[in-house]
Amino acid sequence: MADRVIYAMYDDDMVLLDGAKKLVSEGVHITDVFSPFPIHGIDPVIGVKHTRLGIVSFMFGLLGMTLAVVGFKYMMIDNWPMNIGGKPNFSLLENFPAFVPITFEFTVLFAAHGMAITYLLRNKTLPGMPADNPYPRTTDDRFVMEIRLSDNTKFSASELHAKIKETEIIEIEEKDYVVIK
Amino acid sequence: MEFQISTKAKKTIFGVIGVGLLAFIIGIVQNSGTDQFGTRLMSNFLIDGFFFFAIALGALFFLALQYATETGWSVAVKRVVEGVASYVLVGIGILVAVFLVLTFTDGGFFGAETTHGHHTGHIYQWMDPDIVAHDPIIAGKAPFLTKPFFWVVTIIYFATYFLFYKGFRKRSLAEDLEGGTKIHFKNFSKAALFLVLFGYFSSTSSWHWIMSIDAHWFSTLYGWYVFGGMWCTAMTTILLVVLYLKKKGHLQQVNDSHIHDIGKWIFATSFLWSYLFFSQFMLYWYADIPEEVIYYVQRITEYKYLFWGMFMINFIIPMLILMSADAKRNAGILMFVCVAIIIGHWADVYMLVTPGSMGEYGTIGFMEIGLFLTFAGVFTYFVLNTLTKAPLMPKNHPYLDESKHHHI
Repeated sequence: MADRVIYAMYDDDMVLLDGAKKLVSEGVHITDVFSPFPIHGIDPVIGVKHTRLGIVSFMFGLLGMTLAVVGFKYMMIDNWPMNIGGKPNFSLLENFPAFVPITFEFTVLFAAHGMAITYLLRNKTLPGMPADNPYPRTTDDRFVMEIRLSDNTKFSASELHAKIKETEIIEIEEKDYVVIK
Repeated sequence: MEFQISTKAKKTIFGVIGVGLLAFIIGIVQNSGTDQFGTRLMSNFLIDGFFFFAIALGALFFLALQYATETGWSVAVKRVVEGVASYVLVGIGILVAVFLVLTFTDGGFFGAETTHGHHTGHIYQWMDPDIVAHDPIIAGKAPFLTKPFFWVVTIIYFATYFLFYKGFRKRSLAEDLEGGTKIHFKNFSKAALFLVLFGYFSSTSSWHWIMSIDAHWFSTLYGWYVFGGMWCTAMTTILLVVLYLKKKGHLQQVNDSHIHDIGKWIFATSFLWSYLFFSQFMLYWYADIPEEVIYYVQRITEYKYLFWGMFMINFIIPMLILMSADAKRNAGILMFVCVAIIIGHWADVYMLVTPGSMGEYGTIGFMEIGLFLTFAGVFTYFVLNTLTKAPLMPKNHPYLDESKHHHI
């Protein structure tokens, strides 16, 4: 049997946050929340794990830094040492101040781009990819909670409906869960 | 009112002051026979006088910044910022005394001769008419580097800082009683004015008070560099006081997010300082013009480990340790970084003053450590004492509610 999913729609982020807190305290598992902008404090409530994007960014930064050092060591010191402003490039350590800006630039370039591209890939939101939000209005002024029945086996569908209706929803809908992509 | 300095804290503070004074006196006895004694004594008072005054001034700047940007989250720690800023009153007194002594001794001339070329045991050699008469470079910097000009602008700086601190404090306490938004908007406009004045004064005062020690040398970035260090130590001190008060059970409304945000400020201002340090260093290193690079040649040849060591402490420790979000919420880790930064930035101010005034004779001994501890004790006592005089949580600030629910 296909998985069923309940979509509960709210018209305010704080109302949704309060509703989510109430439902979670009653043991309901909220699979996801769709919102036009980040809702502060929703992640720990619905049990979203802390993002590892920062670690990715740090690793990309290290990669960029290493590439910069390897690059200017080979190009400017080993392969073709140049005498710039009376400072011949014969040693990495003694000329390092001259290379600090490029090291910094490479680190920032790799960290920023690496993080952004990883984010887009991981979320499957590269330009041109199909959107997977159930309601287009969640990109405008509506906030939707997704509650899958398979995640809440201890409640029946009608029990869940009753619980959700106790929060200040403006719409509720149950349908078959379809993976859009 | 609600916060009182505990007997234990008083004992610790007076203990630190006592140990500091004892070490200082040991240092005086040890060194009183040396030629550089007078200069070293005055250098020490200038270093510690300026370092702790700069912390308070940084806090005053931060307070004005919060008013001018109408920031909400920081309202819960506003009284702590005011408390740290209140030391400007003492700091002004100490610096005025130091400047008076230096003025009446022709820039701190105590008869010592160092082997270091043009340095003859002065702190402000441009205050000595005998030197200026034979030194066209310094003579060319008149009227900027003359005693009357120095005093006129110094009094303007101090009066401005004093009046603005008093005004902010008065309105902050009045807001607790009156409420409304009138005081809030007055703070807004006064803070904007203060930031403009501070923007000029922080640069020009650092030229007069510190950069003129190396009277031949100049750097256009100097004011920002000193300001970067000032801001960083101010944020660090504010965080230390907040952590202490939290540990004692005060500031219940200050949550992890506030501490996280102050931690971010420390992280950011450490980068600001490091960036300015390197910007100044790299241009001089690259151009290698004798009259410019002498400043670094002297520091690197005579104070190699201290010079690079303090840069590493002030840059690497906050960068690596405070990078993760969890570290900025962990009191133990923050405490370690804060203490390291305070020591590192004290060493930075030491590096600003000593090579210029003491030449190759500068060392860190009983005198330096003793006077630092004495000043630290006085500073802490004065700041905590100000905190006892008003409720730690402001009332009636328009953004108080936002700050109480601060969540990131």
